[in-house]
Amino acid sequence: MSILVDEHTKIILQGFTGDKATFHAKEMIAYGTSIVGGVTPGKGGTLHLGLPVFNTVKDAVRVTGATASGIFVPGPFTADAIMEAADGGIRLAVAITDGIPAQDMMRVKRYLQRYPRDKRTTLIGPNCAGIISPGKAMIGIMPGHIYRRGRVGVVTRSGTLGYEAAAQMAALGIGITTSVGIGGDPINGSSFLDVLQLFEKDPETDAVLMIGEIGGPQEAEAAVWVKSHMSKPVVGYVAGLSAPAGRRMGHAGAIISAFGDSAAEKAEIMRESGLEVVASPSELGATMQRVLAHVASAPTAAGSAQPAAIPSAAR
Amino acid sequence: MDIHEYQAKELLSNFGVPIPRGIVAYTPDQAVYCAREIGGTRWVIKAQIHSGGRGQAGGVRIAANEHEVHAAAADLLGRRLVTKQTGPQGKLVQRIYIEAAVPIAKELYIGFVLDRRAERICVVATPEGGMEIEEIAAQSPDTLLRVVIEPAVGMQGFQARELCFGLGLDAAQIPDATRAVMGAYRAFRDLDATMVEINPLAVTADGRVLALDAKMTFDDNALFRRPNVRELRDYTEEDPREADASKFGLNYVGLSGEIGCIVNGAGLAMATMDMIKLAGAEPANFLDVGGGASPERVAAAFRLVLSDPRVKVVLVNIFAGINRCDWIAQGVVQAAREQRIGVPIIARLAGTNVEEGRRILSESGLRITTADSLADAARKAVDALDSATGAATAGAGALTEAVR
Repeated sequence: MSILVDEHTKIILQGFTGDKATFHAKEMIAYGTSIVGGVTPGKGGTLHLGLPVFNTVKDAVRVTGATASGIFVPGPFTADAIMEAADGGIRLAVAITDGIPAQDMMRVKRYLQRYPRDKRTTLIGPNCAGIISPGKAMIGIMPGHIYRRGRVGVVTRSGTLGYEAAAQMAALGIGITTSVGIGGDPINGSSFLDVLQLFEKDPETDAVLMIGEIGGPQEAEAAVWVKSHMSKPVVGYVAGLSAPAGRRMGHAGAIISAFGDSAAEKAEIMRESGLEVVASPSELGATMQRVLAHVASAPTAAGSAQPAAIPSAAR
Repeated sequence: MDIHEYQAKELLSNFGVPIPRGIVAYTPDQAVYCAREIGGTRWVIKAQIHSGGRGQAGGVRIAANEHEVHAAAADLLGRRLVTKQTGPQGKLVQRIYIEAAVPIAKELYIGFVLDRRAERICVVATPEGGMEIEEIAAQSPDTLLRVVIEPAVGMQGFQARELCFGLGLDAAQIPDATRAVMGAYRAFRDLDATMVEINPLAVTADGRVLALDAKMTFDDNALFRRPNVRELRDYTEEDPREADASKFGLNYVGLSGEIGCIVNGAGLAMATMDMIKLAGAEPANFLDVGGGASPERVAAAFRLVLSDPRVKVVLVNIFAGINRCDWIAQGVVQAAREQRIGVPIIARLAGTNVEEGRRILSESGLRITTADSLADAARKAVDALDSATGAATAGAGALTEAVR
């Protein structure tokens, strides 16, 4: 099993007919993902890549029965697209786009709360690589072939560092249930904590790798939650050990501007909370291998094989 | 994006925040003219650079006559002002702001930030104005007042009143102070700021409320819809390499080490810097070439990294997802040929089309060392640096086994 997406998830793409979405739609389809159509306002009724295009998300959901959406529209229009997805009945929205104004995200998150918990859209991203459940499906821009199917959950802010982790683990024969990119923006849809909660409930996930970076309170909040609520081992890494304070390192959210924002401070909280902290980014795979050796000797938590429905747990 | 104090004051003033009369000047003669225009008998002359802590660094002067205005202006203009935020090289003062000096009865602090925990705009205020907020938070955290703003409805009048009463203002000053707070909030919201700080917000001896210093920072992602803010950008305040990088869609931050980095993805770029540090050297820069990096972009990245004279080695680390390793490799080879790069290049490629990429590098005949993992790349880069700087260590054989 996996979290958030699998081979049965019906997915539409917003901004479907644009260059980026087209390129990645082909990759996703080739990977076996069930892309059932897309939305480009004004192009409704046409076909793109042999799939139906709709003017609105509501139309797309009604005709295709899609429950998830990959959002590729440009930054200035992304907030609008996310809210349209939420209002159209999409349960999982994955916003790949970067460059979204922070105040737009503030309003988006407030807007999502207007729906009752059991009908609320889970938002992943923006400014992220997306989600992949290896061997099943992906909504995103990652190179699918480097991911191996297995029993480790991955949650990461950075896309490429997520690839690095997947490749290091694959080289050691370690596979992944699902890898979730939560994105590098200061205000994002789902936090580390939201995704850890899903992995904790997933019977096929034995351990979790959490890859954070400088800036913001999310890594520390997640670590504190792990200490009191998580039964599965969590391996943590925080990028940006050598980043100077007050300088933005690529991601809009990667900046040390307050107490607790630095990589050293976050790693310390992880350590205090019982996470296995990776000292060097070249040891993401090796550290997980060591941790899994202990898990294998313990009784497994694998219970029923019910599919993990799109969770309402995520805020 | 940061702007100058005088620009922030003008923006805030447009939203109803009261400020002292002031004019910007570029020469001492202009400064005298400005002082005359403003009138009065005492003026404040303030260096305009993008940095806090200007007062403590000697960047703010009081003048009681035109001669003193001229002298202060002449002293400040052209000086490199070193504050605790500028680093030892300081920042060149190219413009000054002349303001009417006002007798102050009380100094308050009010700041608006985008709070990442609450995911809301948050207002922080304290009666202990004039100091840095970090000092206040450390020394007297009990004096901090905090209000979180609900994004659906925005800041409400009662929230501004609560803050103003909480700051200990007299009933007579509350209407003016409330207007100032609401104005600053509207400026934050309507201009897509990420930070607005008024420190101090002063109560004058004659009971007026005035913003004596102001700082604003804006959301780069929202500049597309704020042309009036975008035009305030002062490129001379920025690292020229960083400004140059943004033209090519590259994300560059200059640091002080000797190993230049060219990486795709912000997270992997930070991790690569960390690896260099763990291997015993320092990175010269952060550089994210982004997704879909063309050979032209890679060439631009090399030009940028090598424009830093400290760089002795270049480490290329690409994990191709959207990118393809063969494109990147072509870019590296093209840049190495055209720019006649003299420093050792260590290249680690992984992901899409990696074999083809490695083949292009190894058949180029150039002095490019390939590495097959993050750790291998960092070690080879540090070895190459050791050889280049003569401080040969045990592992300094990397370059001889260069082209594989």
